Amino acid sequence: MMTRADAAEIAASPEAVAALLAASRYLADDSLATVIFLAIRLGKPLLLEGAPGVGKTEAAKAIAELLGRELVRLQCYEGIDAGHALYEWNYQRQLLAIRHAGEHEIDIYDDRFLIARPLLQVLRAPEQRVLLVDEIDRSDHEFEALLLEFLSDFQISIPERGTIRAETQPIVILTSNRTRELAEALRRRCVYHWIGYPDAQREAEIIMLRSGHVAEATARAVAIAVQEIRARPLAKPPGIAEAVEWANAATILEKGGSPWPEAFRRAIGVLIKDEEDLAAIAPELGRIVEEALA
Amino acid sequence: MGDLNDPFSPFTGRRCPEGADEGQRHTGQKSAPPLTCLPASSPRQRGEESLPRAAAPFLGFARLLRDHAFPIAPEQVAGFMQAATLLGPRSMNDIREAALATLAPSPDRRAEFETHFRFFFYGDAKPSMEGDNDDETRVKDDRGAREKENQIARQEKGGELSSALEQLSSRDFRRDPDGLGLFRRRLASALPARRSFRTTRTRSRGTLDLRRSLSEIVSADGDIPSPLLRRRQSVSRKLLLLIDVSGSMKLHTADYLKLAHTAVQGADRAEIFTFGTRLTRITSALRIRDRNQALARAAALVDDWDGGTRMGPTLLAFLSVPRFSAFARGACVVILSDGLERGSHAELEIAMRRLSARAFRLSLATPLAGDPRFQPGTAALRAILPVLDDLVDGSSLESLTDFILTLARPAPAAAAIWKRVS
Repeated sequence: MMTRADAAEIAASPEAVAALLAASRYLADDSLATVIFLAIRLGKPLLLEGAPGVGKTEAAKAIAELLGRELVRLQCYEGIDAGHALYEWNYQRQLLAIRHAGEHEIDIYDDRFLIARPLLQVLRAPEQRVLLVDEIDRSDHEFEALLLEFLSDFQISIPERGTIRAETQPIVILTSNRTRELAEALRRRCVYHWIGYPDAQREAEIIMLRSGHVAEATARAVAIAVQEIRARPLAKPPGIAEAVEWANAATILEKGGSPWPEAFRRAIGVLIKDEEDLAAIAPELGRIVEEALA
Repeated sequence: MGDLNDPFSPFTGRRCPEGADEGQRHTGQKSAPPLTCLPASSPRQRGEESLPRAAAPFLGFARLLRDHAFPIAPEQVAGFMQAATLLGPRSMNDIREAALATLAPSPDRRAEFETHFRFFFYGDAKPSMEGDNDDETRVKDDRGAREKENQIARQEKGGELSSALEQLSSRDFRRDPDGLGLFRRRLASALPARRSFRTTRTRSRGTLDLRRSLSEIVSADGDIPSPLLRRRQSVSRKLLLLIDVSGSMKLHTADYLKLAHTAVQGADRAEIFTFGTRLTRITSALRIRDRNQALARAAALVDDWDGGTRMGPTLLAFLSVPRFSAFARGACVVILSDGLERGSHAELEIAMRRLSARAFRLSLATPLAGDPRFQPGTAALRAILPVLDDLVDGSSLESLTDFILTLARPAPAAAAIWKRVS
């Protein structure tokens, strides 16, 4: 319980959380800071949903950093199962050990034969680790059910060893791109937040924070132009990471001798990565950049 | 602190005491334990008198949301109150944030949630349901929540809609007159398969299953019996049916919906959408086993029966919803439409190209192809022909079921076939 108090001490108020996040180079808006505060204090998992590239994973990294804990990431995919998420036995080693032991007795379910996967890793040291279950929407329903069980009791049963239980409740962050609807039971159990794209001003701040050498005017122009581009019906609207890269690339080109609007246009490949989208945006790009620079 | 003997409890929604208990240590007096124990069915009666008066609005808001078909569990209400207490609450915005974080409305219904919030806590105007008539293609994905209301509203309108209802629920007495029973039984195994990440036990042709082999060895006292094998499973691909319900398809929609119902019942993973001027997801309605009931439900969900076609925009709308377009990825996509697009076909072309890039196989079944003289002659059809895997006859249930059952077999691309014909 000690550490829970520590976490609660660190997250004294939503404002304190926001300040700490900013210190770990993550600019959160008020509601994101609030839900992070709530998740830590209520001791519930935090479920972050949002379009790709709005900084869900980054948020998790920042949370781990502000708590001074190690981030353990479990990347989900279709077909992920208990062997990838909970634990597995090192069978080769067990076989060797049996041979080696010869006549002696040997416990082949010893710790050294146990490969801890992310969920077990976090369970063993909840005070030092934060669990990130990334892109849970990619896994299938069976895995969601397994996770649900883990999230409600924070324990894992290993038939050969018995039940391993977390001494304190670990901090868990789940992210989803919302490619499919998650089970209601999972949403219910979590503190929920939908991360949207930031407004132009915040995005400009993020761009400046993330890339050291971009001038303020450039960051501002990029933020405005990206907002404008996102408003169009693209197959893949650019995320924040792409905007940062675009600002970076344009700055480099500009230093290499391209004049401003031209530099943006030439660097468009790092912002929009779909041929059709490029074709759709190309005729208007000049005007958008021009307006953003004005 | 938790109970171990009930692995299914997370799904029942009755686990509130344990779940709530976790946060209790940190909260003030506001969240008295009894309120967390209220079963979802009777939130009004028990325990309410033991609550402080200040808690009443929180319960009331949750109740209001439940009345509007937001799924809200008792433990979420407890969480809501705890969160509000933790935040102060210093302002109405704190309460709003707490509500958003704990009651977790889905992003699609966020606006509706906000209106309810304003109505309840600020006394704003009563939220109206049919407020938004925008230009964009409307996507409807009810997930069975508001079906009852819809049905009532529909019946008042009468006319076309009710006739569609009747048309669907008539004559279905003979047993399996249309061969759909056989289709249903064969569908799951007839769909194309892909290799899954999971493995299955096998006696031949596989790789060593170390886990099982080891336990075998241990139980055999170190002897090594014949090694056990495992192989990657194969699972059938998803089936996506997109049904055109516009006026020009009037004669066929009833049959198509029957087919769709059978497909949902028979396939492991199938999704059905209708499109005309709008896009409607009817899979949840078709999950009902009884065909007449399911079709009546589905018919009530669809708003654009026998209207015009905006095939391009509706398909683009389909692709723009991430979880719909994710379903199309690697799926067998069958579009049941005559491909008669009103106006320009540029959007249709883009949509079809994107669909075909995602789909495992993209097929268009058109009733016009039932005519032996049929040629893909219209500009729209010619434009999309290169991206189609199949362009087949969709004039009868029989030809359609035959086609769907052979989806797993390779066939030459549609363009090649129709070039040969012409």
